[in-house]
Amino acid sequence: MAASDARKLKFEIFRYNPEDPHSEPRMETFELRETPFMTLFIALNKLREEQDATLQFDFVCRSAVCGSCGMMVNGRPALACKTLTSQLEKTIRLHPLPAFRLVGDLSVDTGSWFRGMTERVQGWIEEKTPFDPDVQEERMDDQLAQAIYERERCIECGCCVASCAVANTRPAFVAPAGLNRVARFMMDPRDKRADGDWYEVYASDEGIFGCLGLMACQDVCPKELPLREVYAYLRRKSLTGLLAKKNA
Amino acid sequence: MKITDVLVIGAGLAGERCAIEAAAAGHSVQILSLVPPRRSHSCAAQGGMQAALGNCAKAEDDSPDVHFLDTVRGSDWGADQEVARIFADSAPVAVRELAHFGVPWTRLKPGTNTYHIKGERVDIEEPSDKAGLIMHRDFGGTAKWRACYAAAGTGHATLYAVDSQVIRLGIEVLDRVEAIALIHDGERCHGAVVRCLRTGRLDTVMARATVIATGGYGRIYGRYTSNAVINEGSGASLALDTGIVPLGNMEAVQFHPTGLWPAGILITEGCRGDGGYLLNAAGERFLVELEPEKQELASRDVVSRHMMNEILAGRGVDGPDGPHLWLDLRHLGKEHLTTRLREIYEICRDFLGIKPWESLVPVRPTQHYSMGGVRVNKDGQAYGLGGLFAVGEAACWDMHGFNRLGGNSLAETIVAGRVVGMRIAEFVSQGGAAPDADLARSALRAQEKRIAELAARPAGGRSLYQLRDDMGEIMMNKLGVFRSGDEIETAIGELRGLMREAGEVGLRSTAPGPNPEITYALRFPGMLRLAMVTAMGALARRESRGAHHRTDYPQRNDADWLNRTLARWRPGAAEPTLSYEPVGLLDLPPGHRGYGAAGQAAMATSIEAYNEAVPAAQAAEGALATAEPTGARLRPGAWRGAFSAPN
Repeated sequence: MAASDARKLKFEIFRYNPEDPHSEPRMETFELRETPFMTLFIALNKLREEQDATLQFDFVCRSAVCGSCGMMVNGRPALACKTLTSQLEKTIRLHPLPAFRLVGDLSVDTGSWFRGMTERVQGWIEEKTPFDPDVQEERMDDQLAQAIYERERCIECGCCVASCAVANTRPAFVAPAGLNRVARFMMDPRDKRADGDWYEVYASDEGIFGCLGLMACQDVCPKELPLREVYAYLRRKSLTGLLAKKNA
Repeated sequence: MKITDVLVIGAGLAGERCAIEAAAAGHSVQILSLVPPRRSHSCAAQGGMQAALGNCAKAEDDSPDVHFLDTVRGSDWGADQEVARIFADSAPVAVRELAHFGVPWTRLKPGTNTYHIKGERVDIEEPSDKAGLIMHRDFGGTAKWRACYAAAGTGHATLYAVDSQVIRLGIEVLDRVEAIALIHDGERCHGAVVRCLRTGRLDTVMARATVIATGGYGRIYGRYTSNAVINEGSGASLALDTGIVPLGNMEAVQFHPTGLWPAGILITEGCRGDGGYLLNAAGERFLVELEPEKQELASRDVVSRHMMNEILAGRGVDGPDGPHLWLDLRHLGKEHLTTRLREIYEICRDFLGIKPWESLVPVRPTQHYSMGGVRVNKDGQAYGLGGLFAVGEAACWDMHGFNRLGGNSLAETIVAGRVVGMRIAEFVSQGGAAPDADLARSALRAQEKRIAELAARPAGGRSLYQLRDDMGEIMMNKLGVFRSGDEIETAIGELRGLMREAGEVGLRSTAPGPNPEITYALRFPGMLRLAMVTAMGALARRESRGAHHRTDYPQRNDADWLNRTLARWRPGAAEPTLSYEPVGLLDLPPGHRGYGAAGQAAMATSIEAYNEAVPAAQAAEGALATAEPTGARLRPGAWRGAFSAPN
């Protein structure tokens, strides 16, 4: 693509610096000449380096594995680093992800949200016995390892949370990423918790029964996690968990 | 002012594993991180973690002894062999502990498995008595299949498991907080001055033990790196700025053969381990002839040199951003590529719009790993300053010498995290510096002054980002895969110019709060100093060893250069001061690695004489006393008889 044929992109970007008493939430417009294979990572850095040094956004790995750069791209949550401008119209509107506390401009505090979620759902292995360095590892069927890995692939970017109507209106909702985390540990045989032990965490209106089934979460997940399957699994488990509690 | 027993700077795998050990011993621990911990660059490690469990058929008879041999050979004898021994002996336990923490390691499937080895499809019977144990894949420079893995997301799975333990233990992590200076009194480290990246405000954290776990300095190569944008060597800069603590072997910089071209995104060595191969423009597998034994699975330094030679000889594939080579994964098939190499398939799809079972992948060597770092003893204690530790890629511990084997870094983070964490726990139990409010206040004032001066400079000149781009071009073009004295001298002159320019750059913005331009203005001079240290070390080292390849001195020279470079930057000095120490006790005598160039200048002394001089020579450079005497963990000669021929 010769430079003269390249599109002139128009970026409309949400701006607000909570640390600046004079700052007002607003949209600002920038123009940038498109280059081949331009991603929003490349474009936003170019804007900051050449046009406005104060522009705030988050990138770390720039290869879609760290989950830092979730933002609203034309109204839809996406990872900015792997969004090619060539896939978009020439006017590109960028907002920070909703449902998270704003740090500034396009940067949001997903870190605190995900730490809180992990604490709430106790997203770790409750081991059956303490680690013994002299013992061979517990065996596991490879298919099961792959199934756990499938849920483990969540990169905590927050796109599902931002896309979720319930999470946006009810902050207590465990939200898609939290439900996926519960399922990941429930299915892990190394964890000692029985199905019933999880009941309080997810089998309520703040958990799986709060889900309206709109499934935007699965549509926007950059890692294509099978969230529909996760919810079906949890609904099924909530029944067996309830029965287990009654029998206890 | 905050007060804690242990301050860990960096929340990647090494820092977090270290923190777990100290917290489990009952000490208060505070972790700082530029980003939420799970976004640390450890999450991007793909292909595997080396540990000699010896589970699958191609790992039969593997042992820590063979792992030790591979690691020392891989290092081109630059490693501290006692550290390599501690590492190889502890790696199996580290991997099993991670299984205990919940890592979904890929498991061994008994019966007939089909693999791709040296371009051939091979059926191998996996033993039924090993069913369900942790599986291994082949990696470069190893005699056995040894890399344990979770698809191509090993770092992600490992980091999530370790961070889940950090959360479970209730260890506080301050994310978006950056350490901008160490607080020390010339003898002891007392903590750090920190800057909040949410508000821009400064604070001090006083600690009895301070741990640098900030990862590598790949970003001094600008965009020519697989590293994340946060890998700017900030921890190495903190140590260098003390003027006391030396950095070790900063010229030892690894180039990974398969960076996606031109984006620089890493394509794991697991691709070649699983049978992928490299092609030139003519579609030839050039490595078959050049490395008959290991082919694509020679060590990274060797493969990267062959690739650059292929490109320099005009056999690269022309592209708008310069020539590249091809990685061919087509024969591995869609199923393998969407399961065991799933992350690679996703990168190809997202960034190139291709399916790797149909199309070739454009690759070229790219900066990948920093073997150099804060020089520490085997307990992880920094030279010269009590109470300061370093661990992981930020440290020069030094098990990698002049070339790291694939899968050894991820394993190092956990092994070193355990070892150093334990030593820190002991250190803190025995005392450490009491919080000194006056020292904290004066350190804080010095940083406030630094920022005020920065903000007061008149705007003008080129931007910091333009200077950064220049630095990247200098480093990749003149301190890349091949280096020569002339080019390095030119590079040093250019870096001097950049340092002058950076000292005068004015900021373009004055926004209050976490102004990203101030953040970068605080980091960039440190990056330039690291670049200068790398260049000076590379110029002085007139030999080729591992990843440091001098075209004007192509041989390894064990007579003069079987040593480690130490660089200090005295306050106010225009340039760093270099000195040298022995690599450590030698157990495996220097020899040919089994791949790459043969022939080296032999040692001028006996191994016994070399070893005898080690403890005093290292102590003279500031090495602090270790919990166990030097050599206590070496097990000399234990490797004799271990299977060690390349497979």
